[in-house]
Order: sequence, then structure tokens, then C-alpha cells
Amino acid sequence: MARYLLLIHDNEADYDAASAEVHRAHDEGHEAFAREHKDVIVGSGHLQRSSTATVVREDGQGGFLLTDGPYAETKEALGGYYIIDVATLDEALAVAKKLPYFGKVGDAAVEVRPMH
Amino acid sequence: MTDDPAVAEAVALAHRKEWAFVLAATARVTRDLDLAEECVQDAYAKALTVWSATGIPARPGAWLTTTARNRAIDLIRREASFRAALPLLADEEVANGPSDSEDIADERLRLIFTCCHPALAPEAQVALTLRLVCGLTTAEIARAFLVSESTMAARITRAKKKIAVARIPYRIPDAVDLTERIGTVLTVVDLLFTTGHVAPNGPDLMNTELISRALDLGRMLTELLPTDPEVTALLALMLLTDARRAARLDTTGRPVLLADQDRGRWDQAAIREGQALVRRALRRGPAGQFAVRAAIAAVHSESPSWETTDWSEIVGLYDVLLARQPSPVAALNRAVAKGFAAGPEAGLAALEELATEPQLATYPYAAVARGEFLRRLGRDREARSAYEEALTFTENAAERATLRQRLAELSEERG
Repeated sequence: MARYLLLIHDNEADYDAASAEVHRAHDEGHEAFAREHKDVIVGSGHLQRSSTATVVREDGQGGFLLTDGPYAETKEALGGYYIIDVATLDEALAVAKKLPYFGKVGDAAVEVRPMH
Repeated sequence: MTDDPAVAEAVALAHRKEWAFVLAATARVTRDLDLAEECVQDAYAKALTVWSATGIPARPGAWLTTTARNRAIDLIRREASFRAALPLLADEEVANGPSDSEDIADERLRLIFTCCHPALAPEAQVALTLRLVCGLTTAEIARAFLVSESTMAARITRAKKKIAVARIPYRIPDAVDLTERIGTVLTVVDLLFTTGHVAPNGPDLMNTELISRALDLGRMLTELLPTDPEVTALLALMLLTDARRAARLDTTGRPVLLADQDRGRWDQAAIREGQALVRRALRRGPAGQFAVRAAIAAVHSESPSWETTDWSEIVGLYDVLLARQPSPVAALNRAVAKGFAAGPEAGLAALEELATEPQLATYPYAAVARGEFLRRLGRDREARSAYEEALTFTENAAERATLRQRLAELSEERG
């Protein structure tokens, strides 16, 4: 078996503009996804808005430089993740396609990354 | 090495015909594409010396497979602890190597589907297929795609690494994904063929090689997936297109338009085979994109001349193709066919509908087609300006010469 990180990049502005009903349907979608794939899900997390992020770097003089905001400013931001444990990439891709984003709120892209 | 030309020829033939088979069977043992390649290359090198001494075996492919797999088993045993740390091909079904021949036919499919996995970039799929399925060298592949050898080597290494690290499975896709995955494989083969066929820099050895490798792959796929209509149709399309090879260039190497080709030079054996395959593909349910394209090529192939082509049939086929897969170039071809089926007025009207198509705005063939229809209608002044417009869109010397000739004819005829 091998672990894959599913990184969910979605559009925060679209999501913020959506109705409470859409938000509720989305949350239920995640619950259903988690139930359906409980045998392969190793971990997951839902991130706060990218505007709340702080980036830490070295300042080159022995100290640190802190930046307000996400590492990369893009329309689609990292919104959450799942770690799954499956045998092959095909199985990981099949799980990713079941995430409650496609055909629902805004445009989401899911990056499927193998882990060591 | 060997000085015996018969042995050298037998090894070259086995390379051409058996490479995919030998590599796929060896990869099943090594579960590592790099190691499999290394062992298969060793086996071919060994064949040169051993066959000179003992004679050419009755089944060269079986000899090469056994030799490569023995080498692999030997290396794996010797380096057991080292190899255990490396990523292996993801294939949960495999415990032992295969034995019966039915299983081995599937081995080549596993290899093809792995090389053409949709998680790999299209250029990586193409490179891996040529390297692993066809056994071409990295230098040859680089030359065919006009990139440096180091660029191509990096592309292949990166793709192989992704297969191992991301665990792209070494298997035939499940039934639910099969049609889509076959589509990816066919796109790769179509791209190989087209790259060889419409070589921008004229005919060179590598382009001919690409065409014949694409045909080999088409034949292999037809053998391995005999009931898939699109697989059958792609082979038909390639055969019918390649049948015109001898008539595609004039004595000075300039491309000759389909309309002006000497049809007596078309390869009738390839045409017969292609036509039979099209019929077979069309009998098996609704026509896919390759079946429609092959059917268009088949209509041209059975017509004794451009003028006597069944143009209404061609228009109908382009309608089906466009409904399935819209493309500006196909729409242009349809408009041209319409002009021959229903007269130059109708052709001009069909071209007019495409006037706002951005991809065709600077496409010389659109202006050429307009020029042809205007000339037929006797609207010479407009025809001349259409040809002049086409001249501004092409740098290709052969095409420019053809256009200048059309302009000269216009002045001569009615000047």
C-alpha cells in the first residue's frame, strides 16, 4: 500500500458567495465522502481562509522574515487535504474524483501527490 | 558481435518484432522498467554472439525472453538487499512470472497502457511508447521530435520515475475505464503517425521510421484488442493515408495536394486492407472519431479522380465528425467538400460561415479554398486577391510556388 496526499485547491471567493444551503450540502458531501472511504482515509484537515496564513522564511541575517498571506497568491487556494492509503495511483485518482467538489461549488482542482 | 549478416539481420528483425514482448515479459519479473530494459538490451547483445555460434533459434522471441529474464533473476538475487529498497512497479496481482502464451499477449498491453497512462504528459506518453514498446533509442526519439538528446533523456527519466514513485499501475485498466484508456493509447499512435506523415522538414529517414512504427503499433493493438472498433479504425486510417505515400511528393520533393495526386501510384494493397478494416469497424456499432476519419479516407481511396469523388458522402461524414469533435480544420474541409458536392456558390457560403473562426484567419488553406471557388465562378479579381492573401500566410517554399502558379494561370486564362 502507498500513501497519497489529496490537496484540494478551491475558489474561496465562489465558496464565500454561495448560499448557506450550498455550504450545508458541501459539508454533508464531505461527511458522505469520509464515510464511503473510511477504510482508506488516514487523515484529513479543513483549512481556514488563505488570508489568515503567515509565511515564515529566513531573512538571511540569522533571523526570520514573516509574511502575511499565503505562499502563493492565486485564485484557487489550498483549502483542505486528505491522506489516503491505497495500492496504486489509479485507486487514488478514483477516490479523488469522488470528492464533493466536482459539479458543485466553483472550480476545484485536486492535486494527488504520492508520499514517502 | 558478429560478422554473420544472417545473424545480424535476425537480431534486427527480432528487435523490430519482439522488443515489446520481451521487455513486457521481463518487466513482469523485475517489476522495474529500468532493470528490465537493461536485461533486454543485454539479451539482444548476447544474441549476436550466441546465435553466430549455435545458429538462430526457431523462436527468437522466446530465446530473448528467457535470456533477459534469467539475467534479471540473477541480478535480483545478487542485489536482493539493494533492490528491496527501490520502488517497484505497482502490480498487486503479480506473485510469480507468467508462463502460458495467452498471458504473454496481455503483457504487451500492460506495457502499452502503462506508457500511455493519462497521468503522464502527452509528450512523455509518446516518448515512453517509442522507447519501451518500440525499442527506439533516446537519440532516435529526440531526432524525430526535433529536441536535443539530453532533453529527451530527461523527459524519459522523469516519466519512468513518476511511474515508479506515484505507483502508476502496471496493468490493463478495469472495464469501466477501458474505453477512455484505449482512447489515450490511440491518440499517442495517431500522433506518432501524424508527426511522421506531415514532417515540416521534408521526408527524412526518421519520419519514415515513425510512420512504420505507428503502423506496427496499430497492427499490434488490432491483434491484442481485436473487438475494439476504434483500434481497427485507426489502423485503417493509417493504412489508407500511407497508401498515398508515393504520390504525396513530386520529383523535386514538393508536396502534391490530394486533388493533383497521380492516383495510379497509390498502394492498392494497403487500400484494400484499409477499406476492409473500415467496414469491420463500422459494423461494430456507432462510429468513433477514427472510424469517421477512416471512412473519409476510404471514400477518397475508392475514387478514380478528385472530380469523381463522392463529395456528398464526404460532406455527410464531416458532419458526423464535427458533431462528435468540433475542429476548425475539419470544418474547413467540410466547406471545401460542400463546394464540390453542391457547387462553388455553396462552397463559398460554407466558407463564409467560418470567416470569424480565429484559428482559420491566418490559415493559408482557407484563403486557397476561397480562391478556388471564386475562380470557378469567374470572379477572377476576387480569386486573385484570395491567392495573394494566402501567399502572405505561408513561408513554405513549395506552397508559395503552387500559389504563384495559380496566380499565373489566372492571368493566362482570362488575363
